[in-house]
Amino acid sequence: MITRTVTITNRAGLHTRPAATLVKTAARFKAEFTIVKDEFEINGKSIIGVMTLAAEQGSTLDLRFDGPDAEEAAAAVVDLFARGFDEE
Amino acid sequence: MSNIEMHGSEIIIKGIAAAPGIAIGPAYLYSKQAIRAQMKPIETTEIDSEIERLRRSVARAEKELRKIIEFAQQKLDPDDTKILEAQIMILGDTILMGSIEQRIGRELRNAEFIVFDEISKYKRLMLSAPDEYMHERAHDVDDVMNRIIRNIQDQKLVSRLEGEAIIVSETLTPADTIIFSRNKILGYATDIGGVTSHAAILSRALKIPAVVGLRTVTRHVQTGDTLAIDGYSGVAVINPADDTLQALERKARRFREFEERLNDIAGLAADTADHKHIELSVNVEFFEEIDFAQTHGAAGIGLFRTEGLLIGRTSVPSEEEQVDSYRKIADAVFPHTVIFRVFDVGGDKLAPGSFHEDNPFLGWRGIRVLLDRPELFVPQLRAILRASTRKNVRIMFPMVSTLQELRRAKELLAGAKRELEKQGTAFDSSIKAGIMVEVPSAAILAEQMAAETDFLSIGTNDLIQYMLAVDRDNNAVATLYTAFDPAVIRTVKMIIDAGHRRNVWVGMCGEMAGDPLATVLLVGLGLDEFSVIPSVLPEIKKIIRSIRFKDARRVAEKVLAMDSPEQIRDYLSSVIKDQIPELPLEE
Repeated sequence: MITRTVTITNRAGLHTRPAATLVKTAARFKAEFTIVKDEFEINGKSIIGVMTLAAEQGSTLDLRFDGPDAEEAAAAVVDLFARGFDEE
Repeated sequence: MSNIEMHGSEIIIKGIAAAPGIAIGPAYLYSKQAIRAQMKPIETTEIDSEIERLRRSVARAEKELRKIIEFAQQKLDPDDTKILEAQIMILGDTILMGSIEQRIGRELRNAEFIVFDEISKYKRLMLSAPDEYMHERAHDVDDVMNRIIRNIQDQKLVSRLEGEAIIVSETLTPADTIIFSRNKILGYATDIGGVTSHAAILSRALKIPAVVGLRTVTRHVQTGDTLAIDGYSGVAVINPADDTLQALERKARRFREFEERLNDIAGLAADTADHKHIELSVNVEFFEEIDFAQTHGAAGIGLFRTEGLLIGRTSVPSEEEQVDSYRKIADAVFPHTVIFRVFDVGGDKLAPGSFHEDNPFLGWRGIRVLLDRPELFVPQLRAILRASTRKNVRIMFPMVSTLQELRRAKELLAGAKRELEKQGTAFDSSIKAGIMVEVPSAAILAEQMAAETDFLSIGTNDLIQYMLAVDRDNNAVATLYTAFDPAVIRTVKMIIDAGHRRNVWVGMCGEMAGDPLATVLLVGLGLDEFSVIPSVLPEIKKIIRSIRFKDARRVAEKVLAMDSPEQIRDYLSSVIKDQIPELPLEE
């Protein structure tokens, strides 16, 4: 299992559009993807889960990847956060 | 104090007039709570067919949503469909659907119950979040859940309802309003909502009478009951008596005839009979309203409430997004002008959850917030400036209570201009900036304020509350709230005179400007501009065109000598009856 910690940099936080991008990216990989924020733990491949999280700009998330392609999945997802979901 | 009266079998409920018109017909109670997901055990042999039923229902729900979106895109701003697209994504959530299917097999319980139980978990989490945005998302989730369950239960889609009906509901989402509008909907009556709720605005755009804020109408009405709604005065009558029906039908006929005649003057200017030009414009909060306003003969927009841009989101739109929105609006009204009032929000909007004021009306709002938050204010000023290239844009500052606030706001505006100039970005360098006069201190300092601005616009709703120390939503004192209080009228006169001494025009964008009873008086006091909600615009124009400025001045003089609101109202209503007998006045 691989763990990563990311901070949300885009202004709108993890609202609907970035949430959809995140879910779509995670779905490309076999690895299970879990997001942990405070005491919440949600499946990162579920749009309703990510919407529930609605993490705002500046908040920190722990990401867990588990599976054969966990390394690649982690790289792709972390990159997405680093680019601020290509939003301003 | 109750908003309900009973006369025999007739129940009269007072609410808020949201869209004009009168509708009489059978009620259709559209209750989202009516969808019940009862738990029923299933056999192991039924698992496959239960899952099959679920999948079919999800597919049907998606089809429904796509239809609504397609319809919405033709009728409305494409931005309105974003919420619906989020709902489609939830239907396509394979993790969510996977766990629902698994649970059906593992727990041997029916699909609708598992859908209800599983999705409710997320809904509860969203509702427990402190901010408004998440609460609205919870409504979306609720909507999706009900849509699936209704399809599982093979309930007939309510939107396919037969015949004509008045929809009665706790609240209406934009999606509800749209899907219903494809049927023969006579009107809407809802428990919750205000004049600026999205559903109210959409029903105005779709020209369907609506009364909102009725609080308990869903508890008193049943499907099939005869219901009458009066979208002019904001009243719903359940099981109306014969004489009530006749009175409403008479009223409907009078308004209809009158409105037909009003169409004839839609293209004409709002000049008095003796040719004094009055600028007559509209108050708008959403882009969708502009078309409706223009068909009613509006020239420009006297008040565009930019805080409409903040609805349904927790972050402020970027400068670029704002430029797009403002430019779209400025283009739509060109060659007429639009006055953008900068964000008029309370502190609770900006710091949801963590911000509390015991008395927000006397708290951190309007220009006070913006001056403390230049990172919010400056990009908005830049965006408005950038949208002003066709020279038909003006800026207005809300809640100004001191000259220092006005000067500081103007400094920030000047700074934004300098910055744009340096960047070589185009804007209208002679853009006009004014203030809303809605705090008594600004009214008293009107002349000094006028000396440093390009226009004054009187915001009567707040001004009256502050002047008379009355909260209009507090039933115990609400009757004291009236625009016809002699103190209010004198204050309005004082502001207009002060502006004219400094050669700036004085307008009014509060509700008083749209009250037909006040029109003659305001013209007589010398008001230069009226900014009103689109639905009353033709009526106000008709009054202005029917009177002579000369006579209006005499009326104003008489009113200024009177000392009670009742006396003033009676006199003004006799003036209307006398001069414009065809005008249907509210009783």
